[in-house]
Amino acid sequence: MALGPNTLREMLHTMQTIRRFEERASDDYHAGKIYGVVHCYIGEEAIATGVCGALRDGDQIISTHRGHGHCIAKGADLDRMMAELYGRRDGYCKGKGGSMHIADFEKGMLGANGIVAGGISIVTGAALAAKMEGKGGVAVSFFGDGASAAGPFHECMNIAAAWKLPILYVCENNGYAAQTPASTTLARGGEVAVRAAAYGIPGVVVDGNDIFAIHEAAEKAVARARAGEGPTLIECRTYRWRAHTERKGQPDYRPPEEIAAWKAAGKDPIARLVDHLKAKHGFTDAEWQEMDRQILDRIEQSCRFAEKSPFPAPEEALDDVFAA
Amino acid sequence: MREITYAQAGLEAVQEEMRRDGKVFYMSTDAILPLVKEFGEERMRATPIAESTMTGMSIGAAGSGFRPICDWRQVTFCFVAMDQIVNQAAKITYMFGGQQKFPIVYRAAVGGGGRLAAQHSQSPYSMFMNMSGLKIILPSTPRDLKGLLKSAIRDNNPVISFEGNRLLAMKGAVPEADADETIPIGKAEVKRQGKDVTVVALAWAVHETLAAAETLAKEGISVEVVDPRTIAPLDVETIRESVRKTGRLVIADEAGPVCGASAEIATLATEDPATFKALKAPVKRVCALFVPIPYSPGLEDHVFPDRNKIADGIRAVVKA
Repeated sequence: MALGPNTLREMLHTMQTIRRFEERASDDYHAGKIYGVVHCYIGEEAIATGVCGALRDGDQIISTHRGHGHCIAKGADLDRMMAELYGRRDGYCKGKGGSMHIADFEKGMLGANGIVAGGISIVTGAALAAKMEGKGGVAVSFFGDGASAAGPFHECMNIAAAWKLPILYVCENNGYAAQTPASTTLARGGEVAVRAAAYGIPGVVVDGNDIFAIHEAAEKAVARARAGEGPTLIECRTYRWRAHTERKGQPDYRPPEEIAAWKAAGKDPIARLVDHLKAKHGFTDAEWQEMDRQILDRIEQSCRFAEKSPFPAPEEALDDVFAA
Repeated sequence: MREITYAQAGLEAVQEEMRRDGKVFYMSTDAILPLVKEFGEERMRATPIAESTMTGMSIGAAGSGFRPICDWRQVTFCFVAMDQIVNQAAKITYMFGGQQKFPIVYRAAVGGGGRLAAQHSQSPYSMFMNMSGLKIILPSTPRDLKGLLKSAIRDNNPVISFEGNRLLAMKGAVPEADADETIPIGKAEVKRQGKDVTVVALAWAVHETLAAAETLAKEGISVEVVDPRTIAPLDVETIRESVRKTGRLVIADEAGPVCGASAEIATLATEDPATFKALKAPVKRVCALFVPIPYSPGLEDHVFPDRNKIADGIRAVVKA
């Protein structure tokens, strides 16, 4: 289905929200308001947005350690996200999770996960549940090129193919597992989608900075999954603009010219969508500035919400070990 | 009351809960035929030999409204799934602030005696006790297994059921299905009343201790046998109460002693001032020797505790 101008504006809004949210998260992290570690998704916003744009309410996704984009694209609330980053009681996890563990089960967001490849089998279980429910639900596993080298990727591709589970395996191939280039650690110089052939399922490579290509591939895979035909592996070739984490002094060994090339307007997924909207749908600079301003306001509001939320009382550390 | 085997009691618990609740389903690397026959291959799912994935899929299915039972078979096979057990299942409720329930039962056989050598004779349950967020049952009789497993399936958290290899063929009295007996998780049972010494015994060691207690009764030593039945949470009050009564504590466990359930039980008993004051002798553990389990019968029998070694341990404590 061709994407109409309203849908495209919504997608642009989502992508820019992810970017602005993370810019603020990084600032607040360096200001000492956010603790631990923050992994930014900036540069890869089109993937979560394009894939989640092909889903319905009730479909389920699982994320990675780089999870803010998936949360926002699946409809998570910015206030509760920011409050979680701030370690507050009104955060999604009541301050127990932080950036690496935001989940919103009501929205079908089964959680960011601090273990590379750790979520793949969990969301494959959600796909099994969807199949057993028989209501046409679909699951999506987001993971990186690093996870594609780990055992769970292969085990899950096998079982999902054997059982025709309704799931999309979406590899966000940004070319690096933390600092290590995929070209030196993955077979075939870092290609991932080609492995789908071994499991007898479709394997698709798309430009991970092209919202149209991603959305189209996702829609096709979702239709296949809903029809009971099984999983699809989608490899999105993309790039992470920032270092592996926002930690100060963390070295980034990637060549500066490589980083600069991916940030150029022709590569930036947001700039590309803005250009498209301007060229094809009469989107103006003024409208874009207004959209951005609204997004920044909304993020400012989420920070105020987080600031106002109390820290959990120390003894709340003992709550929620077990469910009632 | 009728008598059935430990293995049959486990199967009955699963069958009854699968009948009771359509959301319960079973995953194992080999299908259990009576379950296939009654519930079909959708609910008795034979999986690839991929325990890590089965373990993780159980978490996802549980978070999506199902109540999976994931059978690792021998505990040996779950070690490839440690990431899913330790990093995911044990922490997922807490880490996400209690947003969702994860009702999962993981089943695994533990213990030796089968001449199966080092990999297939292990009792590593204390490794899992170390992990906050898991409940662990360790039943010693068919009745306890059935009642505890039914409770585990109804629990809204990940529960590991460690089931003794040496107990599978053991028969015992179990109420009929219509009794729907459940045994609460976290409740010990005094399996024999006594006044001179408390033996806290786990799983198969309960039966060896009961046999030792018979022998010792003839020598004038009265042994109280406490079976925790559940090791996480551990019913420490029942243990302390018994020790305060007898003044002596022996712990009998088929597992090794180092950082074991036995070490935890000894600490929990002695760090309570009133229980410590009641002690008339040092605490003693009768456990497996601290080696991998060997194959040849003479070697294996030397490594494991048995009724004679438990009796010797009790005599030593009573005479101390």
